[in-house]
Amino acid sequence: MTGATLQALLSHWWRNPLQLFTLLAGLALATALWSGVQAVNAEARASYDAAAATLGEGQYDRLQRRDGQPMDQSTFVQLRRAGWLVSPVVQGRLDDVRIIGIDPLTAPGGIGPVNLGQGGNISGFFTDTLFANADVAARLPELTVRITPETAPGSAITDIGVAQGLLGKEGQIDSLIILPRQPINRPDLADIAPELTRQQAQGGSDIGRLTDSFHLNLTAFGLLSFAVGIFIVNGAIGLAFEQRRPVVRTLRALGLPLRRLVILMAAELMFFALIAGVVGVALGYIIAALLLPDVAATLRGLYGSDVSGTLQLRPAWWLSGLAVALGGTALAASGALYKLSKMPLLAAAQPRALAMVAGRNAKVQGIAAIFLLMTSGILMITASGLIGGFTLLGALLIGAALALPLILDRILAVTSALAKSVTAQWFWADTRQQLPGLSLALMALLLAMAANVGVSTMVSSFRLTFTDFLDQRLASELYISTETAAQTAALITYATPRVEAILPIQSVDTEIAGQPTQVFGARDNRTYRENWTFLQSSADPWDTTFAGETILINEQLARRADLQVGDTVQLLDAAFTVAGVYGDYGNPIGQALINEPIFLTLYPDVTAQRFGLRLDPAAVPDFVASMEAETGIAASQTINQSGIKAISLQIFERTFTVTTALNILTLAVAGFAILMSLLTLATMRVPQLAPAWAMGMTRAQLGKLELLRAVLLAVLTAVIALPLGLALAWALLAVVNVAAFGWELPMYLFPMDYARLGVFALLAAALAALWPARRLARTPPADLLKVFSNER
Amino acid sequence: MNDKRPFLANGTLGAWARIIVLMAPLLWPMTTFSQGFAGLGADIDGFSTPQPNPTFMFPDDHGAHNNYRIEWWYLTANLQSGDGTSYGLQWTLFRNALAPEGEQSAPQFWMGHAAVTTPDNHYVTERLARGGIGQAGVIADPFVAWIDDWTLEGDWDTLQMTASAPDFAYDMTLTAQGPLIFHGDHGYSVKSAEGQASYYYSQPFFDISGTLQLPEGNIAVTGDAWLDREWSSQPLSDNQIGWDWFSLSFDDGNKFMGFRLQQTDGNSYTSATWIAPDGTTTAFPDGAFSAEPLQTHNTADRDIPIRWQVQLPAKNVNVTVNAINPDAWMATSIPYWEGPVTVTGSHTGRGYLEMTGYE
Amino acid sequence: MLLNVQDIHKTYATADGPFEVLRGIDLALDAGETLALTGESGSGKSTLLHLIGGLDTPDQGQIILKGTDIAALDDTGRADLRRGTVGVVFQQFNLIPSLKVADNIAFQARLAGQHDPAWTAILADRMGLTPQLGKYPEQLSGGQQQRVAIARTLAPKPRLVLADEPTGNLDEGTAATVMDLMLELVTETGAGLLMVTHSEALAARMQRRLHLRAGQVA
Repeated sequence: MTGATLQALLSHWWRNPLQLFTLLAGLALATALWSGVQAVNAEARASYDAAAATLGEGQYDRLQRRDGQPMDQSTFVQLRRAGWLVSPVVQGRLDDVRIIGIDPLTAPGGIGPVNLGQGGNISGFFTDTLFANADVAARLPELTVRITPETAPGSAITDIGVAQGLLGKEGQIDSLIILPRQPINRPDLADIAPELTRQQAQGGSDIGRLTDSFHLNLTAFGLLSFAVGIFIVNGAIGLAFEQRRPVVRTLRALGLPLRRLVILMAAELMFFALIAGVVGVALGYIIAALLLPDVAATLRGLYGSDVSGTLQLRPAWWLSGLAVALGGTALAASGALYKLSKMPLLAAAQPRALAMVAGRNAKVQGIAAIFLLMTSGILMITASGLIGGFTLLGALLIGAALALPLILDRILAVTSALAKSVTAQWFWADTRQQLPGLSLALMALLLAMAANVGVSTMVSSFRLTFTDFLDQRLASELYISTETAAQTAALITYATPRVEAILPIQSVDTEIAGQPTQVFGARDNRTYRENWTFLQSSADPWDTTFAGETILINEQLARRADLQVGDTVQLLDAAFTVAGVYGDYGNPIGQALINEPIFLTLYPDVTAQRFGLRLDPAAVPDFVASMEAETGIAASQTINQSGIKAISLQIFERTFTVTTALNILTLAVAGFAILMSLLTLATMRVPQLAPAWAMGMTRAQLGKLELLRAVLLAVLTAVIALPLGLALAWALLAVVNVAAFGWELPMYLFPMDYARLGVFALLAAALAALWPARRLARTPPADLLKVFSNER
Repeated sequence: MNDKRPFLANGTLGAWARIIVLMAPLLWPMTTFSQGFAGLGADIDGFSTPQPNPTFMFPDDHGAHNNYRIEWWYLTANLQSGDGTSYGLQWTLFRNALAPEGEQSAPQFWMGHAAVTTPDNHYVTERLARGGIGQAGVIADPFVAWIDDWTLEGDWDTLQMTASAPDFAYDMTLTAQGPLIFHGDHGYSVKSAEGQASYYYSQPFFDISGTLQLPEGNIAVTGDAWLDREWSSQPLSDNQIGWDWFSLSFDDGNKFMGFRLQQTDGNSYTSATWIAPDGTTTAFPDGAFSAEPLQTHNTADRDIPIRWQVQLPAKNVNVTVNAINPDAWMATSIPYWEGPVTVTGSHTGRGYLEMTGYE
Repeated sequence: MLLNVQDIHKTYATADGPFEVLRGIDLALDAGETLALTGESGSGKSTLLHLIGGLDTPDQGQIILKGTDIAALDDTGRADLRRGTVGVVFQQFNLIPSLKVADNIAFQARLAGQHDPAWTAILADRMGLTPQLGKYPEQLSGGQQQRVAIARTLAPKPRLVLADEPTGNLDEGTAATVMDLMLELVTETGAGLLMVTHSEALAARMQRRLHLRAGQVA
């Protein structure tokens, strides 16, 4: 029985290879989309993690001297001998490279490029060896540098003894990492080294925090691509079942038990899913590799030549890709198989009854769509947590997808009522009739476009915010750290006649309204007035602040302490009115800014040891060189602002390349879904088109109208996708990000991007419709005639 | 200790790291010099090697011998609490030299291991340090051995000993009840048929008392302790892959030390020392003493013998040695098994067992 | 007795409310006997045929086939019945379009596990289908397709053959030839034949006839 049944089931595909192709291709493409996104996502994550590992040692609490000066290394030994498990770090700059010296014997695992505790492969640690990527290695030609791609851009890691020598800091330590697990019976810090102060772990540096946010959003994109994929799989499976409905009925009439039929069809599908899954994963890899030459190039540039190993088919991709293919198929097939098992054996195919069922489905779908959209509307106002944010995204997307056919149906009803000519009336009515068959493909297009609009808005907003933020925080052309009061004095004497302004960077860790806050004392300068942007402010925040009357606070502090412009806060015995709230992306704690004279009155012990200097950017190298000669302040104590910006932007630029590739990928898949649906509908189209042909329309005309119809539906879908995508971006930036990190990313609009995306979508739809339309235009007249001779 | 030398003036991280890497797959402690270290075995780079008929000078020889490649201060103790529960304790400081003495500030690598074994738990911790900056070291007179806050300090008639970890700590006082004893030929201990050797002496007659701070609470304990001193530059031959070491204290007052070095060819090299209650020693050459595993136990994903048949026919010894806690695995950067044992059979008593090379 | 139908009732839900198609039908048939079921459209004759064929279940009454009440069988039981004991010839042929003629003929016998290649060859030969065995159904004429369907039904040697307007889609000449072949082969296998038709000529060729009117035996 099984043999005969399988023969009957499988022979269908043999006789209808196009259907088999669409099924397999649909499944494979959905899998490819998923695994492609995973591949890209994994690459992005890996590179961010590498950056965070070296740029963001902030995962551990640290000890530093209160005055910010380096400590003597005997302090380290004293602490160790007292039972404090601390590990020394020294850092500084050498030829614009950040040199980080660590002690691998005492450092916690996960710091630096190697893990000693687990006997990791550090056999390459040789005398005087530094670890850095190829870029950095090229900048340090006279040193022995071992190329390790996972070291952050612009940094080199080495043993603390080597670093001390290179940086001229013999016997000095900048900070001590406090290991998370400390022995019992440990004395108080104040009893051993009262000059040290404990800095809380930041959970990552500023850049680390920003990238965490980006990770989350990439994950959201991954989920979106999954949703698009599931839609396509569902469509492919649904069509496969629809096409074989008569055969299924015959098989059952001939005595094939339902249970066996269901099992065999499920097994058949799982077999196809497996094949398509394997093809899809491979395809995803190829697509990722082909579409991401920029990514690979960037990775190579950043990480050196050893990049070939990074884009490999990892077992996790295979597994997750196959899981998507099999799971998606199972999900889609379970519904189809359930319908099949409930299908009456006798073909009571009364068209009216079918119409009634379709009407009822539309009603259910409409109610579900309204419910989901209302839910997302409520969540937009109320959602606070991460789960709420993701629920909002889910409800919004599924609701919109379900609503799409209904909205299009209403639009087409109106247009067909408005149509004047007979041809136009027929066209609109016929388009409306096509809607059910195309709705799944159109939903996929909607989701793909919305995802693209949402993600590119999110990414571009992110980039703008980030560069603005860098401009604001790194406005000075040169930053200098001094080591002694004498150096500070020498710097001021030397620099004052030579630069436009000297901006001391001085801060104190305190609390405002119960929140840990770093308070800065700022010197009145155009740097602040020109570069800082406020989320909320009074009329003239800088005037009043530099007059000593007001305070400016960051968004984190405003949110956590529920402070608004006009509220009053207390610092020691002084009260300040909040004059502005500024964005402080990535900072986990509160921050506030007051006028320098007031700051010095309130905190007389604090002396500035970091300075921002405003001068002609072109004059920076000469300035540094002559300063070193005249004051003894080493070049390693200076930071050239453009260098930092370049490093930071380099890291981020990669992600933007990635998202562009993803945009193309999702659109291509949505285009394929349209092609698939049109091809499937093509055979059903002949009887519908025959009357129009008989009444005098040429086949070429009919073909053109078919093409026009696809483009028209795509336009309508695109129009609906735009606001959906913007809502999506808003939810990602304003809800999910706030829930996850406590700060809101401002949203910017990019009309040109959207227009380009719209054109791509139309192109995809037109390309997809081209072949079916041509086939239709070439239908032999005999086939059209058959419709009349052979009706039912 | 307030040394202001920078970290590693000439030796650097690279060399330290290589040492750790090379040691990691090895068998601790003796085998540190075995297979993976074969290159060092062939070329001893200007280090001194132990010579027969040594003359020890105390207190100087309690201190570090920087012209030898490796050295340790190795203390194990069998303890009992008031309620009769047995405990084991370990305090160990290893020294590794990366270059021989004589070069300016010879780089030294220090490693401390501390453990407390109860019948149900085994607490282990480890510390690493580089020499030359005061974080770890040994000074002969007045004697002090330390790494971080751990110390072993005193005049060898009395010693104070501390160690701490996130989950345990101890503070002990040791009082010598007998003389130092010397293994092998007056402290020249041969380790292989090819003649590899170390300097090796012990103080096996310590009474010990103090407090264990454990997660289950503070426990006052007393018992006896055995302190080993050993140093060499190349004590094992290339084909020696692991080692089983027994230190047993019998209830009749006699003590016994025996080790069995396993070779790649399946044979073993044994050596033993019989210590009478007055400290008189008898050294036994290869083959006089035998130890055969009776039962293994799976811990840390490997099968470890935790019951042994130990024989020294010349002294009519035929005993069964049983681990008090079969899970006394030292999960340190170079892992091994080390824990207290009980002795039954021709003689009764207790002691310590160390096993390496069980991969 | 091969078939004994007693007091069968069946009601369908329609857009205008429930509609009782069958209102207490009794019917008996012996092995080797042929019976024509006639009546106007909507008289319930097709419904009755479907119930006897196990394609649907009655609301009330018994259908005893070879001593088993098929009205009481579950879905699997009725599938077993359709596979081996009862064969149905449909007006729409219901061939499997993706299988060749030879495979279509053998299909039901293979499902039933009673495939007899010799008998299948005889059936194909008698039906005049031998030249067509390698073709697909769509390449055959309507009459040829129905002959394939009849051969398929007879291949597992069912005890009861049910035919629902088997020649309804064929022209008169073809219909007569097909009918002759079917009657001949059914008689040879000794099966009972129950045929729904509204052709007086066809009904006349059956041994007995039963006329239905508004769901009752007239």
